[in-house]
Amino acid sequence: MLPEPRDAAPAQRQVALIDLLDRLLNGGAVLTGDVVLSVADVDLVHINLRAVIRSLGPGAPAPW
Amino acid sequence: MSARTGVATLCYVYAVARDTPELDAIARRLGAVGPAASPLRAVRAEGWAAFVSDVPADRFGEEGLRAQLDDLGRLEQLARAHHEVVAALFGTLTVLPMRLASVYADDAGVRGMLALSARTFEPLLQRLDGRREFGVKVYAEPRPASRTPAAGGPAASGREYLRMRRAQREGERRSYGEAEAMAERVLERAGQFAVACVRHRPQAGVLSSAAGENVANLAFLVPAAQEDAFRAALDALGSVRPGVRVEVTGPWAPYSFATTAAAQEETHAS
Repeated sequence: MLPEPRDAAPAQRQVALIDLLDRLLNGGAVLTGDVVLSVADVDLVHINLRAVIRSLGPGAPAPW
Repeated sequence: MSARTGVATLCYVYAVARDTPELDAIARRLGAVGPAASPLRAVRAEGWAAFVSDVPADRFGEEGLRAQLDDLGRLEQLARAHHEVVAALFGTLTVLPMRLASVYADDAGVRGMLALSARTFEPLLQRLDGRREFGVKVYAEPRPASRTPAAGGPAASGREYLRMRRAQREGERRSYGEAEAMAERVLERAGQFAVACVRHRPQAGVLSSAAGENVANLAFLVPAAQEDAFRAALDALGSVRPGVRVEVTGPWAPYSFATTAAAQEETHAS
Protein backbone atom coordinates (compact mmCIF):
# COMPACT_ATOMS: atom_id res chain seq x y z
CA MET A 1 0.00 0.00 0.00
CA LEU A 2 1.64 3.21 -1.15
CA PRO A 3 0.25 6.36 0.40
CA GLU A 4 -0.07 9.14 -2.17
CA PRO A 5 1.39 12.51 -1.42
CA ARG A 6 -1.40 14.43 0.14
CA ASP A 7 -1.47 17.29 -2.30
CA ALA A 8 -1.27 15.23 -5.46
CA ALA A 9 -3.96 16.45 -7.85
CA PRO A 10 -6.20 13.54 -8.85
CA ALA A 11 -5.70 14.29 -12.56
CA GLN A 12 -1.91 13.98 -12.45
CA ARG A 13 -1.86 10.21 -12.18
CA GLN A 14 -3.24 7.72 -14.64
CA VAL A 15 -5.97 5.97 -12.73
CA ALA A 16 -6.98 2.38 -13.49
CA LEU A 17 -9.84 2.28 -15.98
CA ILE A 18 -11.80 -0.20 -13.88
CA ASP A 19 -11.68 2.08 -10.82
CA LEU A 20 -12.78 4.98 -12.99
CA LEU A 21 -15.68 3.05 -14.53
CA ASP A 22 -16.86 1.92 -11.09
CA ARG A 23 -17.25 5.58 -10.25
CA LEU A 24 -18.39 7.09 -13.54
CA LEU A 25 -21.00 4.43 -14.33
CA ASN A 26 -22.31 3.75 -10.80
CA GLY A 27 -21.57 7.10 -9.17
CA GLY A 28 -21.95 10.68 -10.29
CA ALA A 29 -25.11 12.70 -10.03
CA VAL A 30 -28.01 11.60 -12.19
CA LEU A 31 -30.25 14.54 -12.87
CA THR A 32 -33.48 14.87 -14.72
CA GLY A 33 -34.30 17.09 -17.62
CA ASP A 34 -33.75 16.97 -21.32
CA VAL A 35 -31.07 14.26 -21.39
CA VAL A 36 -30.15 12.61 -24.66
CA LEU A 37 -29.85 9.09 -23.33
CA SER A 38 -31.85 8.05 -20.30
CA VAL A 39 -30.08 6.84 -17.20
CA ALA A 40 -31.77 3.47 -17.43
CA ASP A 41 -30.24 3.03 -20.88
CA VAL A 42 -26.80 3.85 -19.57
CA ASP A 43 -27.29 1.30 -16.82
CA LEU A 44 -28.21 -1.28 -19.42
CA VAL A 45 -25.11 -0.52 -21.42
CA HIS A 46 -23.12 -0.88 -18.24
CA ILE A 47 -24.59 -4.25 -17.45
CA ASN A 48 -23.82 -5.44 -20.98
CA LEU A 49 -20.30 -4.18 -20.68
CA ARG A 50 -19.83 -5.87 -17.34
CA ALA A 51 -20.99 -9.12 -18.83
CA VAL A 52 -18.52 -8.78 -21.69
CA ILE A 53 -15.66 -7.92 -19.40
CA ARG A 54 -16.42 -10.82 -17.12
CA SER A 55 -16.96 -13.40 -19.86
CA LEU A 56 -13.47 -12.66 -21.15
CA GLY A 57 -11.91 -13.06 -17.72
CA PRO A 58 -11.16 -16.13 -15.61
CA GLY A 59 -14.29 -18.16 -14.95
CA ALA A 60 -15.14 -17.03 -11.44
CA PRO A 61 -18.86 -16.92 -10.62
CA ALA A 62 -20.45 -13.48 -10.71
CA PRO A 63 -20.83 -12.00 -7.22
CA TRP A 64 -24.17 -10.40 -8.09
CA MET B 1 -25.60 24.30 -33.24
CA SER B 2 -22.18 25.77 -32.59
CA ALA B 3 -21.96 29.39 -33.68
CA ARG B 4 -18.27 28.92 -34.28
CA THR B 5 -18.27 26.03 -36.72
CA GLY B 6 -21.86 25.57 -37.85
CA VAL B 7 -21.68 21.90 -36.82
CA ALA B 8 -24.61 20.51 -34.84
CA THR B 9 -23.61 20.19 -31.19
CA LEU B 10 -24.97 19.00 -27.87
CA CYS B 11 -24.11 20.04 -24.33
CA TYR B 12 -21.96 17.65 -22.26
CA VAL B 13 -22.21 18.31 -18.50
CA TYR B 14 -19.24 17.43 -16.23
CA ALA B 15 -20.22 18.83 -12.87
CA VAL B 16 -22.46 21.24 -10.99
CA ALA B 17 -21.27 23.91 -8.55
CA ARG B 18 -22.68 26.85 -6.60
CA ASP B 19 -22.83 29.85 -8.91
CA THR B 20 -20.07 32.33 -8.13
CA PRO B 21 -18.46 35.02 -10.31
CA GLU B 22 -15.11 33.20 -10.50
CA LEU B 23 -16.54 30.16 -12.28
CA ASP B 24 -15.94 31.77 -15.68
CA ALA B 25 -12.26 32.34 -14.90
CA ILE B 26 -11.93 28.72 -13.69
CA ALA B 27 -13.54 27.45 -16.89
CA ARG B 28 -11.33 29.67 -19.05
CA ARG B 29 -8.22 28.47 -17.26
CA LEU B 30 -9.07 24.85 -18.09
CA GLY B 31 -9.55 25.86 -21.72
CA ALA B 32 -10.52 23.34 -24.39
CA VAL B 33 -11.63 20.11 -22.76
CA GLY B 34 -13.56 16.94 -23.17
CA PRO B 35 -14.15 14.54 -26.03
CA ALA B 36 -14.33 17.32 -28.64
CA ALA B 37 -11.64 19.60 -27.16
CA SER B 38 -14.09 22.50 -26.97
CA PRO B 39 -14.04 25.37 -24.45
CA LEU B 40 -15.28 24.62 -20.95
CA ARG B 41 -17.95 27.10 -19.84
CA ALA B 42 -20.47 27.65 -17.07
CA VAL B 43 -24.22 27.53 -17.74
CA ARG B 44 -26.21 29.13 -14.91
CA ALA B 45 -29.68 28.99 -13.39
CA GLU B 46 -31.16 29.72 -9.95
CA GLY B 47 -27.89 30.09 -8.09
CA TRP B 48 -26.34 26.98 -9.62
CA ALA B 49 -23.92 26.46 -12.47
CA ALA B 50 -23.12 23.50 -14.68
CA PHE B 51 -19.69 23.13 -16.26
CA VAL B 52 -20.29 22.10 -19.86
CA SER B 53 -18.59 21.83 -23.22
CA ASP B 54 -20.03 21.37 -26.70
CA VAL B 55 -19.77 17.92 -28.26
CA PRO B 56 -20.70 16.85 -31.80
CA ALA B 57 -24.30 15.72 -32.12
CA ASP B 58 -23.46 12.74 -34.31
CA ARG B 59 -21.23 11.13 -31.68
CA PHE B 60 -23.27 12.20 -28.65
CA GLY B 61 -26.83 11.74 -29.83
CA GLU B 62 -28.63 8.65 -28.60
CA GLU B 63 -27.25 6.30 -31.26
CA GLY B 64 -23.73 7.73 -31.21
CA LEU B 65 -23.57 7.63 -27.44
CA ARG B 66 -24.79 4.06 -27.30
CA ALA B 67 -22.12 3.02 -29.78
CA GLN B 68 -19.43 4.84 -27.77
CA LEU B 69 -20.45 3.28 -24.49
CA ASP B 70 -20.53 -0.18 -26.01
CA ASP B 71 -16.96 0.04 -27.32
CA LEU B 72 -14.40 -0.37 -24.56
CA GLY B 73 -11.73 1.73 -26.31
CA ARG B 74 -14.08 4.65 -26.93
CA LEU B 75 -15.60 4.28 -23.49
CA GLU B 76 -12.13 4.61 -21.99
CA GLN B 77 -11.42 7.77 -23.99
CA LEU B 78 -14.70 9.31 -22.89
CA ALA B 79 -14.24 8.27 -19.25
CA ARG B 80 -10.72 9.72 -19.10
CA ALA B 81 -11.80 12.96 -20.80
CA HIS B 82 -14.68 13.32 -18.34
CA HIS B 83 -12.46 12.50 -15.37
CA GLU B 84 -9.78 14.98 -16.41
CA VAL B 85 -12.28 17.85 -16.31
CA VAL B 86 -13.94 16.77 -13.06
CA ALA B 87 -10.60 16.19 -11.32
CA ALA B 88 -9.29 19.61 -12.41
CA LEU B 89 -12.47 21.34 -11.21
CA PHE B 90 -12.47 19.38 -7.97
CA GLY B 91 -8.93 20.58 -7.26
CA THR B 92 -10.27 24.15 -7.29
CA LEU B 93 -13.76 24.07 -5.75
CA THR B 94 -16.44 21.75 -4.40
CA VAL B 95 -18.33 20.26 -7.33
CA LEU B 96 -21.01 17.65 -7.74
CA PRO B 97 -19.61 15.29 -10.39
CA MET B 98 -22.12 14.09 -12.98
CA ARG B 99 -22.45 10.53 -14.17
CA LEU B 100 -20.68 9.69 -17.42
CA ALA B 101 -22.44 10.81 -20.60
CA SER B 102 -24.82 13.38 -19.14
CA VAL B 103 -25.66 15.09 -22.41
CA TYR B 104 -28.31 17.76 -22.94
CA ALA B 105 -29.72 19.13 -26.17
CA ASP B 106 -28.57 22.69 -25.53
CA ASP B 107 -27.92 25.34 -22.86
CA ALA B 108 -31.65 25.74 -22.27
CA GLY B 109 -31.85 22.01 -21.51
CA VAL B 110 -29.03 22.38 -18.97
CA ARG B 111 -30.73 25.39 -17.37
CA GLY B 112 -33.92 23.37 -17.14
CA MET B 113 -32.05 20.55 -15.40
CA LEU B 114 -30.49 23.01 -12.92
CA ALA B 115 -33.89 24.55 -12.16
CA LEU B 116 -35.54 21.14 -11.73
CA SER B 117 -32.86 19.81 -9.37
CA ALA B 118 -31.96 23.06 -7.60
CA ARG B 119 -33.40 21.95 -4.28
CA THR B 120 -31.38 18.74 -4.16
CA PHE B 121 -27.99 20.38 -4.85
CA GLU B 122 -27.37 22.15 -1.55
CA PRO B 123 -27.57 19.09 0.75
CA LEU B 124 -25.51 17.04 -1.71
CA LEU B 125 -22.79 19.68 -2.03
CA GLN B 126 -22.73 20.40 1.70
CA ARG B 127 -21.95 16.78 2.29
CA LEU B 128 -19.00 16.95 -0.14
CA ASP B 129 -17.47 20.22 1.13
CA GLY B 130 -13.95 19.68 2.45
CA ARG B 131 -14.06 15.93 1.79
CA ARG B 132 -12.44 13.60 -0.72
CA GLU B 133 -13.14 10.07 -1.82
CA PHE B 134 -10.76 7.18 -1.31
CA GLY B 135 -11.12 3.69 -2.72
CA VAL B 136 -10.16 0.67 -0.63
CA LYS B 137 -10.00 -2.75 -2.25
CA VAL B 138 -9.42 -5.97 -0.35
CA TYR B 139 -7.98 -8.95 -2.24
CA ALA B 140 -7.62 -12.60 -1.36
CA GLU B 141 -4.28 -13.92 -2.56
CA PRO B 142 -4.28 -17.71 -2.34
CA ARG B 143 -0.85 -19.01 -1.34
CA PRO B 144 0.64 -22.27 -2.48
CA ALA B 145 -0.25 -25.00 0.00
CA SER B 146 3.03 -25.07 1.84
CA ARG B 147 2.27 -28.09 4.02
CA THR B 148 1.88 -30.37 1.04
CA PRO B 149 5.12 -32.39 0.75
CA ALA B 150 5.56 -31.87 -2.97
CA ALA B 151 4.25 -28.28 -3.09
CA GLY B 152 5.42 -26.55 -6.23
CA GLY B 153 6.75 -29.75 -7.74
CA PRO B 154 5.05 -32.37 -9.88
CA ALA B 155 2.71 -34.79 -8.14
CA ALA B 156 4.21 -38.24 -7.61
CA SER B 157 0.87 -40.01 -8.01
CA GLY B 158 -2.82 -39.46 -8.66
CA ARG B 159 -3.51 -39.57 -4.97
CA GLU B 160 -0.75 -37.08 -4.32
CA TYR B 161 -2.17 -34.82 -7.02
CA LEU B 162 -5.63 -34.90 -5.43
CA ARG B 163 -4.16 -34.13 -2.05
CA MET B 164 -2.36 -31.12 -3.49
CA ARG B 165 -5.52 -29.89 -5.23
CA ARG B 166 -7.48 -30.25 -2.01
CA ALA B 167 -4.87 -28.37 -0.04
CA GLN B 168 -4.84 -25.65 -2.67
CA ARG B 169 -8.63 -25.27 -2.57
CA GLU B 170 -8.53 -25.15 1.18
CA GLY B 171 -5.88 -22.45 0.99
CA GLU B 172 -8.07 -20.48 -1.38
CA ARG B 173 -11.08 -20.79 0.89
CA ARG B 174 -9.04 -19.76 3.90
CA SER B 175 -7.58 -16.80 2.08
CA TYR B 176 -11.04 -15.73 0.90
CA GLY B 177 -12.39 -15.96 4.44
CA GLU B 178 -9.48 -13.95 5.80
CA ALA B 179 -9.99 -11.33 3.12
CA GLU B 180 -13.65 -11.03 4.05
CA ALA B 181 -12.72 -10.64 7.70
CA MET B 182 -10.23 -7.98 6.63
CA ALA B 183 -12.96 -6.15 4.72
CA GLU B 184 -15.02 -6.03 7.91
CA ARG B 185 -12.04 -4.62 9.81
CA VAL B 186 -11.48 -2.04 7.07
CA LEU B 187 -15.11 -0.95 7.33
CA GLU B 188 -14.81 -0.67 11.09
CA ARG B 189 -11.40 1.03 11.37
CA ALA B 190 -11.42 3.23 8.27
CA GLY B 191 -15.08 3.98 8.95
CA GLN B 192 -14.04 5.78 12.13
CA PHE B 193 -12.39 8.48 10.03
CA ALA B 194 -14.84 8.58 7.14
CA VAL B 195 -18.28 10.14 7.08
CA ALA B 196 -19.73 7.76 4.52
CA CYS B 197 -19.02 4.48 2.75
CA VAL B 198 -20.29 2.98 -0.49
CA ARG B 199 -19.73 -0.61 -1.65
CA HIS B 200 -18.99 -1.08 -5.33
CA ARG B 201 -19.18 -4.49 -6.96
CA PRO B 202 -16.02 -6.55 -6.51
CA GLN B 203 -13.86 -6.18 -9.61
CA ALA B 204 -13.35 -9.07 -12.00
CA GLY B 205 -12.62 -9.76 -15.64
CA VAL B 206 -9.99 -8.52 -18.06
CA LEU B 207 -10.04 -4.94 -16.79
CA SER B 208 -9.12 -6.14 -13.35
CA SER B 209 -5.45 -6.88 -13.82
CA ALA B 210 -4.59 -6.97 -10.12
CA ALA B 211 -3.43 -10.26 -8.64
CA GLY B 212 -5.77 -12.22 -6.42
CA GLU B 213 -9.52 -12.08 -6.09
CA ASN B 214 -11.20 -8.81 -5.23
CA VAL B 215 -13.39 -9.52 -2.22
CA ALA B 216 -14.45 -5.98 -1.30
CA ASN B 217 -14.46 -2.80 -3.36
CA LEU B 218 -15.23 0.12 -1.06
CA ALA B 219 -15.33 3.87 -1.35
CA PHE B 220 -15.00 6.18 1.66
CA LEU B 221 -15.76 9.88 1.93
CA VAL B 222 -13.07 11.35 4.16
CA PRO B 223 -12.86 14.87 5.67
CA ALA B 224 -9.55 16.60 4.89
CA ALA B 225 -8.66 16.76 8.59
CA GLN B 226 -9.05 12.97 8.90
CA GLU B 227 -7.09 11.88 5.83
CA ASP B 228 -3.83 11.17 7.65
CA ALA B 229 -5.56 9.14 10.35
CA PHE B 230 -7.58 7.29 7.71
CA ARG B 231 -4.43 6.33 5.79
CA ALA B 232 -2.58 5.37 8.95
CA ALA B 233 -5.43 3.08 10.00
CA LEU B 234 -5.37 1.38 6.60
CA ASP B 235 -1.59 1.08 6.58
CA ALA B 236 -1.74 -0.64 9.95
CA LEU B 237 -4.37 -3.08 8.68
CA GLY B 238 -2.71 -3.68 5.32
CA SER B 239 0.45 -5.17 6.76
CA VAL B 240 -1.19 -7.68 9.08
CA ARG B 241 -1.88 -10.89 7.19
CA PRO B 242 -0.34 -12.87 4.40
CA GLY B 243 -2.86 -13.98 1.79
CA VAL B 244 -4.76 -10.71 2.04
CA ARG B 245 -3.93 -7.48 0.28
CA VAL B 246 -5.40 -4.04 0.87
CA GLU B 247 -5.13 -1.48 -1.91
CA VAL B 248 -5.96 2.20 -1.55
CA THR B 249 -6.79 4.50 -4.48
CA GLY B 250 -7.41 8.22 -4.53
CA PRO B 251 -7.96 10.88 -3.59
CA TRP B 252 -10.87 10.99 -6.01
CA ALA B 253 -13.48 13.60 -6.70
CA PRO B 254 -16.46 12.26 -4.73
CA TYR B 255 -18.12 10.40 -7.61
CA SER B 256 -19.40 7.60 -5.40
CA PHE B 257 -21.10 10.08 -3.07
CA ALA B 258 -22.75 12.30 -5.65
CA THR B 259 -25.91 10.25 -6.00
CA THR B 260 -28.99 10.70 -3.89
CA ALA B 261 -28.99 6.93 -3.38
CA ALA B 262 -25.49 7.15 -1.84
CA ALA B 263 -26.74 9.92 0.44
CA GLN B 264 -29.47 7.65 1.73
CA GLU B 265 -27.27 4.60 2.18
CA GLU B 266 -24.41 6.31 3.92
CA THR B 267 -23.18 4.93 7.18
CA HIS B 268 -22.28 7.61 9.65
CA ALA B 269 -19.32 7.13 11.94
CA SER B 270 -20.09 7.81 15.56
